[in-house]
Amino acid sequence: MTERKIRVLVAKPGLDGHDRGAKVVARALRDAGMEVIYTGIRQTPEMIAEAALQEDVDIVGLSILSGAHMALCPRIIELLRAQEMDDVIVLLGGIIPDEDVEPLKQLGVKGVFGPGTSTHDIIDFIRRATQAQELGAVPVGQ
Amino acid sequence: MVLDLVEPLLAGNRRALAKAISHVEDEAVGAQQLLATLYPHTGRAHLIGITGAPGTGKSTLVNALARAYRAQGQTVGVVAVDPTSPFSGGALLGDRVRMRDLAGDPGIFIRSMATRGSLGGLARATSDVLTVLDAGGFDRILIETVGVGQAEIDIASAAHTTIVVEAPGLGDEVQAIKAGILEIADLFAVNKADRDGADHTAMALQMMQGLAAPQAAQSFGQAAGHHREPASGNRPSHPSAHPEPGAQDDGSWLPPITKTVAIRGEGVDGLRDWIERHASYLRETGQLTRREVARAHTALKSILADRLMADLLASQADGTNAATLVTRLAAAIARREIDPYTAADQVLAGAFARPLGRRHDG
Repeated sequence: MTERKIRVLVAKPGLDGHDRGAKVVARALRDAGMEVIYTGIRQTPEMIAEAALQEDVDIVGLSILSGAHMALCPRIIELLRAQEMDDVIVLLGGIIPDEDVEPLKQLGVKGVFGPGTSTHDIIDFIRRATQAQELGAVPVGQ
Repeated sequence: MVLDLVEPLLAGNRRALAKAISHVEDEAVGAQQLLATLYPHTGRAHLIGITGAPGTGKSTLVNALARAYRAQGQTVGVVAVDPTSPFSGGALLGDRVRMRDLAGDPGIFIRSMATRGSLGGLARATSDVLTVLDAGGFDRILIETVGVGQAEIDIASAAHTTIVVEAPGLGDEVQAIKAGILEIADLFAVNKADRDGADHTAMALQMMQGLAAPQAAQSFGQAAGHHREPASGNRPSHPSAHPEPGAQDDGSWLPPITKTVAIRGEGVDGLRDWIERHASYLRETGQLTRREVARAHTALKSILADRLMADLLASQADGTNAATLVTRLAAAIARREIDPYTAADQVLAGAFARPLGRRHDG
């Protein structure tokens, strides 16, 4: 049995075309031993939910710089839930005003990472979140 | 648990399909049973390999081919393989970037795979993932290899039809591919054919074909049931006499050289039609069966090799774990205290203390 890899979808929903941040994160996660599926810019929420399903990812990492996060994140989470992917951990990076962070977490975004976040923090967050989920999901003795 | 996926998977549930692929890819507990249960439901899909150097446009061509098949109403599974980092074990799988046209189509399913240490252009679990997609009912499955150099030819034993993608302006491209990749092609696609040098590239490939005597092209055929039966082999061998590509009178297959501009979809319908002609050729000549046997042979031997190695390393000899012994001997080899072959004899002499090859995961 091989070691189970953490699979992460890195996607940029919406219309802004700046994907440098997303690429830096994707590269850092790759260097941390994760399998990163990178889908590029201008993805619709439907495209992201579909890719998450087909790729069976543990994490969906969204990068949004356009200010449309309050519209896009709920839609993506709704689509993931509609296809019974409630267990997928949704993370958000980009320019996110402080006052939006709490409402986003209420909606189901597990982590919000603004400018200046160290990639180590994101990697740690993902490792802890997937570990916690695996412990919770797999009954002891299986 | 894992077997609960079978029924929804066979009924077309995409979530179950995706989960089943993960189990197989991770070689998770129950994956073997899952594959065994799915296996009777396979054998319907035509498996199409797409290989070539990095940057020749494989992903874009897969995107265009999938659309061309959808236009005819066939469902398409895609497996896109990218390399795993040998240092971190991580991977960046970026083929979906070129396949965004395929989003939202329920007749298409795309899965990205990392090689996870495999060196032949595919991942070790790729053929098992093909089994799952085949059981999922897709009519055609496109397998995109990593960007390859010269010798990554695993695709030839995994696919029914292998397309080698070339592009103009990559330097001395034909020299680069002549040894391994050229020989496994059932079809050539000169992609980016709107660029300067496309004719030159196509002509260079044609010249290579003209130079290949029939008996020279049979080597892979014997190893993996591939094309061009040695047979009578009286295809004109004069370099300047180019026979029509496709099925030959002597039962062999001369790979056609097609030109495509995948990003605009040009030439892609023609390529799709050639794939279908090749599929018919395989069926009508009985080659399909031979390739299936060769595929099974390769898969079986690789399973045996994996299991024997795992058991060997887990075995005990004189109270020493064989894996530990291997590590110790490697250091001794590096110090020139022992040669590698004698070291292998030592490991094997202590092994086989118990029956080998049994599955341990229950």
